[in-house]
Amino acid sequence: MFTVRCLSRGLSFARPAFQARPLSIQGNRFYSTNKVALFKGNKNQNGNYTVTFIEGDGIGPEISKSVKDIFAAAKTPIEWESVDVTPILKDGKTTIPDEAISSVKKNLVALKGPLATPIGKGHVSLNLTLRRTFNLFANVRPCRSIAGYKTAYDDVDTILIRENTEGEYSGIEHEVVEGVVQSIKLITREASERVLRFAFQHAEAIGQKEVRAVHKATIMKMSDGLFLSTAKEVAKDFPHIRFSAELLDNMTTNPNLYRDILLVMPNLYGDILSDMCAGLIGGLGLTPSGNIGDECSIFEAVHGSAPDIAGMDLANPTALLLSSVMMLQHMGLNSHADKIQKAIFDTLAEGRALTKDLGGSSTRSQFTQAVVSRL
Amino acid sequence: MLSSRSLTQALFRTAKASSLRNAALPVTRAMATVASDLVKPTKYGGKYTVTLIPGDGIGAEVTESVKTIFKTHNVPVEWEQVDVTGVVTGNSHPEELFRESVNSLKRNKVGLKGILYTPVERSGHQSFNVALRQELDIYASVVLIKNMPGYVTRHSDVDMCIIRENTEGEYSGLEHQSVPGVVESLKIVTKMKSERISKFAFSFATANQRKKVTCIHKANIMKLADGLFRNTFHEVAKSYPQLEVNDLIVDNASMQAVSRPQQFDVLVMPNLYGSILSNIGAALVGGPGIIPGCNMGREYAVFEPGCRHVGLDIQGRDEANPTALILPPLPTPTMMLRHLGLDDHATGISQAVYDVVADGKVRTKDMGGNNTTHDFTDAVLKQMERQ
Repeated sequence: MFTVRCLSRGLSFARPAFQARPLSIQGNRFYSTNKVALFKGNKNQNGNYTVTFIEGDGIGPEISKSVKDIFAAAKTPIEWESVDVTPILKDGKTTIPDEAISSVKKNLVALKGPLATPIGKGHVSLNLTLRRTFNLFANVRPCRSIAGYKTAYDDVDTILIRENTEGEYSGIEHEVVEGVVQSIKLITREASERVLRFAFQHAEAIGQKEVRAVHKATIMKMSDGLFLSTAKEVAKDFPHIRFSAELLDNMTTNPNLYRDILLVMPNLYGDILSDMCAGLIGGLGLTPSGNIGDECSIFEAVHGSAPDIAGMDLANPTALLLSSVMMLQHMGLNSHADKIQKAIFDTLAEGRALTKDLGGSSTRSQFTQAVVSRL
Repeated sequence: MLSSRSLTQALFRTAKASSLRNAALPVTRAMATVASDLVKPTKYGGKYTVTLIPGDGIGAEVTESVKTIFKTHNVPVEWEQVDVTGVVTGNSHPEELFRESVNSLKRNKVGLKGILYTPVERSGHQSFNVALRQELDIYASVVLIKNMPGYVTRHSDVDMCIIRENTEGEYSGLEHQSVPGVVESLKIVTKMKSERISKFAFSFATANQRKKVTCIHKANIMKLADGLFRNTFHEVAKSYPQLEVNDLIVDNASMQAVSRPQQFDVLVMPNLYGSILSNIGAALVGGPGIIPGCNMGREYAVFEPGCRHVGLDIQGRDEANPTALILPPLPTPTMMLRHLGLDDHATGISQAVYDVVADGKVRTKDMGGNNTTHDFTDAVLKQMERQ
């Protein structure tokens, strides 16, 4: 419906980039007129923002405690509202409890620890459920080398934005005849434009000079071609940001080439490349992630719930901490974000309170204490 | 180093021998076995005729270097060159030349090929690279990723082999626009082709005394398509109990590849993931310029650089590294020479290239040096004289 209306009015791209952006949500809006995914939360009567906290399974509660302790020490104007998202099956569909949904919808922002999807009960992945429930269309994945933790790659500093709702993850598959399966990759101009516009706006917000669309339009001429041509159109609205395009194949050669370039791409490529980038700097335990939606946004640690070390005070809370920093930036609380981020990076760089996974011998609470003492 | 080279030397012919054994196992098979996939071309007048498609971009430069080196080493190969190109200029007839190259390959059964450029802009122009693979049904792409002796990169002891399904998956070319602004692209996965590529991978692993075969997929999301691929892989695996078998999701595999690539041995995967992982692999050991590869089918074998980069941006600047086409352990042309049974030539040329690289005096730009393709070729020629 949206697409059709969009077309009947001509291409929505044609509008100038900068004009007054109404903050209220309109029924059918064009992404060209609004800033995509702007945080619209309000402070409560105590002068604090309320944030939904999905602590998660396994090591989730421990690392969530680290975040709470550090936020308290930094005097961040945040009040937590913990919710449980243990999945329930409603009419055969995986869903999360209503309280959790209404909490996120009210607060517009959530922080999430690792979740374990129950196996063998017919549940769709919880992450996918959350993405669908709140229409989280963009996944932001920054990766930065951690001083103090040496890998084979130095000075990695990439930021990648992934389309989160369609593409290869459309879930439309069928067996044509026995032994022949069709899986449909769905690319729409609407979703492409939304994530691309968000990418350009995000580049503006963080001061990146260039946005690069990653594609495979040599092979998938129409689908990736649509993504690419949409990117070119959207780029016209951002004349002060350089736009380039690159084949997926060429993306893997040297991470240092992408220090000043924000990467944006369809779903599957983003999935693969973001995890690859995490591999460059030491794994998913060190990388934050943000899922951005029209109204709500959820920031999360993308690593697993590590049930084997749950409750042993060994887990490394860095990924969730860095995600919470991203959340603060999203909420416009930049000074708090900077302060906490600096404390985390300094603690890691100093190397005296590293957890076991980083080659240290400290416990989670010792590490947390070290960060707190820097605040 | 030596032992690994002698291992790889006998690669494709042992592959043939041992897969004959395996074919006797009671595997329900859909079509061609690997044994029949490795037809050896016939010699005429003491020489093999090989189709040479220089390709676009850096192709012309690097094939020039291959030709010179082969000639100097008296390799009994005669080239049948077809200058097909994907770059569209005013008065060229790319389709005709493409037909000609396919016919030539059908005649000669073996080819050496650079990469053809695929324009993004023009619709209706299918990638010649993909079309060629589909036309000749050269379904298995083999890409070897191994550290080059004497060339230090971030990772050492990398030795993995990527086997990629070449004819279906995301490269099916089936796309349509349902309504304006909504495009569907079909990824096709069939049991027959999944079984065929899995068998190829296991035969390859057996022939090369490899220990482990890993299936790369995204079956957690594409439950039917990649699920079929993975299930078929595990079914075929039952016939090869001597090999260690596991499977890995593609994003995790990419992460593991950049952090601990040494854990991988033989990897088998659908089309698109192969493209991604072979490029990641190339970056691990020193860039796409040093990765050899080949595409094999029942009747034809086309050898081409493993990473399939066109290199249009560095075309004509004389700095492309010709080692993509001549570098051991399975350099594309020496890989081809071994396919033809010309082991002495393969070893001689490989050794010369190794020596030049290990010596470190002559290096092209992609390897951190300042020398040109010509310099590199000359150095290899001099080294061959000394042998």
